Amino acid sequence: MHTVVEATHALVTLDVALPGIVWGWIITMNMWAKSIGTGVIFMLFYLLKKYPNEAGYLRFPVIVVSLVFIHIFLLFTVLDLHQMFRFWHIFFHPHFTSAITVGAWIVTGLVGVLFLMAYMVFLKKDTVAFDKLLPWAVIISIPVTLYTAAIMAEATARELWQMPTEAVQMILAATLTGSATLILMGGKLPYVAKRDLGIVLGLSAAMAFLLYMSEMVFGPMKAEEVMATLQAVKGAGQYTTMFWIGQLMAFIVPMVLVLLSISSKSESLLKLAAILAIAGLWIVKHVWLIIPQLLNLS
Amino acid sequence: MQLGFLVDLHLCMGCKGCEVACKVENEVPLSTWRLRVKYVDVGMYPETKRTFTPLRCNHCANAPCERICPVSALHYIDNGIVNIDKERCIGCAGCIMACPYGAIYIDPETQTADKCTYCAHRVASSMMPACVVACPVEANIFGDLDDPTSNISKYIQDHKDTRVRKPEKGTDPHHYYVGGGDVNLNPLASERIEGYSLFSKLTHLPVGGHH
Ligand code: SF4
Ligand code: SF4
Repeated sequence: MHTVVEATHALVTLDVALPGIVWGWIITMNMWAKSIGTGVIFMLFYLLKKYPNEAGYLRFPVIVVSLVFIHIFLLFTVLDLHQMFRFWHIFFHPHFTSAITVGAWIVTGLVGVLFLMAYMVFLKKDTVAFDKLLPWAVIISIPVTLYTAAIMAEATARELWQMPTEAVQMILAATLTGSATLILMGGKLPYVAKRDLGIVLGLSAAMAFLLYMSEMVFGPMKAEEVMATLQAVKGAGQYTTMFWIGQLMAFIVPMVLVLLSISSKSESLLKLAAILAIAGLWIVKHVWLIIPQLLNLS
Repeated sequence: MQLGFLVDLHLCMGCKGCEVACKVENEVPLSTWRLRVKYVDVGMYPETKRTFTPLRCNHCANAPCERICPVSALHYIDNGIVNIDKERCIGCAGCIMACPYGAIYIDPETQTADKCTYCAHRVASSMMPACVVACPVEANIFGDLDDPTSNISKYIQDHKDTRVRKPEKGTDPHHYYVGGGDVNLNPLASERIEGYSLFSKLTHLPVGGHH
C-alpha cells in the first residue's frame, strides 16, 4: 500500500529549546508602575490648567505618588537584571541604539525634575516655580512612557509587539491609570473635574480595548507568528481566561461604570471604575508580555 | 573579512558531534547550549523521514541583539563575528528578547548573556571553530564570505538552494543552510507534542538556571 508522506505533518522529536519566559511579572510591575508614575503627571497638568484653584492642593501629593511609582518602576527594573550591581554600566558604557539605554537616561532626568518640583512645593512653598517645572515634567514623561514600547519594538523576536500600536498602548495605559489614580486621590475636587477624569478614563479604556481587539482579529491575517502567539489567548489557550479577565477589569467594566456614573453623577461608581482599571491593567500588561514568549523561536 | 557558516543538511547525520564539541570547548554550563542539533520527523509511518538541523547564532549583519544591548556587551569584531563581553553585560536579557532565533541564554554561573561566538578565541589563533573540527562528514563549512575563492563562497555559488533562517526578520544572517526546507528552518512548520520526544522527563530550568 502506498502512503503519501505528509510534508506538513512534522514533529520535533529531539531538541532542548532554550528556556521560555525571559521577562516575567517583574517587568509587568515595571510597566504598570511606570504608567501610574507618568500618568498622574499628565493628569495633574490638565487639572491645574482647567481647575487651577480647586486642584492646587494636589501638587504635592501627586508628585509624591509619581516619585513613589517611578521608584517602584526603577526598583523592579534593577531587580530584573541578572547582574543588578552592574547597573551603572548603562551610564558609563552607554549604547544609544538601545531603547533601554535611552530610557534609563531620560528617566533619570525625570526623577531629577520631580525631586526639584517636590522641593519647590514642599520646602520652598513656591507654586509658581512648581508650575513652571510641570510642563517639563510632562514633556519628559512622554518619552519615559513610550520607551518601553521602543524596547518591545526592538525585541525583533516578538512579532506581536509592533511599535506604533505599543506606543499608543503605553500612552493610553498612562492616561487610564493616571486618571484613575487622580479619581481616587481627588476627593476634594469639584464633581466636574472628577467627571473630566472619568471621561479620560473611559476614553482611554475604549481606545485601548479597540486596539487589543483589532490585534486579535487582524494581527493573524498579517503574520503567522502573531497567529501562533494569539493562540494562547483564544479558545482553550493557556492565557485566554486571564486575558479576558484583564480586558473586563481594565476596559469593559470601567467603560460601563463611567457611563453609568456620568448619567447618575455617582462618585462611588467612578471610584470603582478607577480601582478596576488600575488592577486590570496589570493583568492586561502581564498577558501581553508573556504570550509572545511562549512561542518557540527555533 | 566577513566570517560565515554554512551547514549542508544533505550531509548532516545528526550525530551531535558539533554540539558536544561546542559544550567542551566553551565549557557551556548544564541546561544551556550554544549549538543544538534539532531533530524533526516528517511524514506518517512507514513513510517517515528524520531531518537534522544544527542551530547556532547566525552572526547577523543587522543584529537585533547588538542593537538592543544597552552597554555594548554584544558587539561586532573586525571579522564580522558578533561577540560578547561578559564582564560588561548587566544581564538585562534584552538580547534574548531580541534574537529571533533563540540563540542567546543566560549563563547560570556568571548570570550574564552568552551565545555562540563562532569560537572567536580559536579563530584569533587561526584555528577552525570546535564544531567544524568535530563534524565527521564535513557538513559545517566555515570561512570568509568576502573572499570569492573561499570554500564557503564557492559552496554558496554552487548551491542554488542556499537559505537562511527567517529572512523576513531583516537580520541578514551570516549563517547559511544548503538542503534545508521549511521543516528545518521555520519553527512554526513543526509541532512539539508531549510524549513524542526521544527523551522523556526533560527538566527545563528557567532563564538563568535557578528554580
Ligand atoms: S542570531 Fe541572534 S544572537 Fe546571533 S547575531 Fe543574530 S540576533 Fe544576535
Ligand atoms: S543581557 Fe547582557 S548582552 Fe544581553 S542585552 Fe543585556 S547587557 Fe547586553
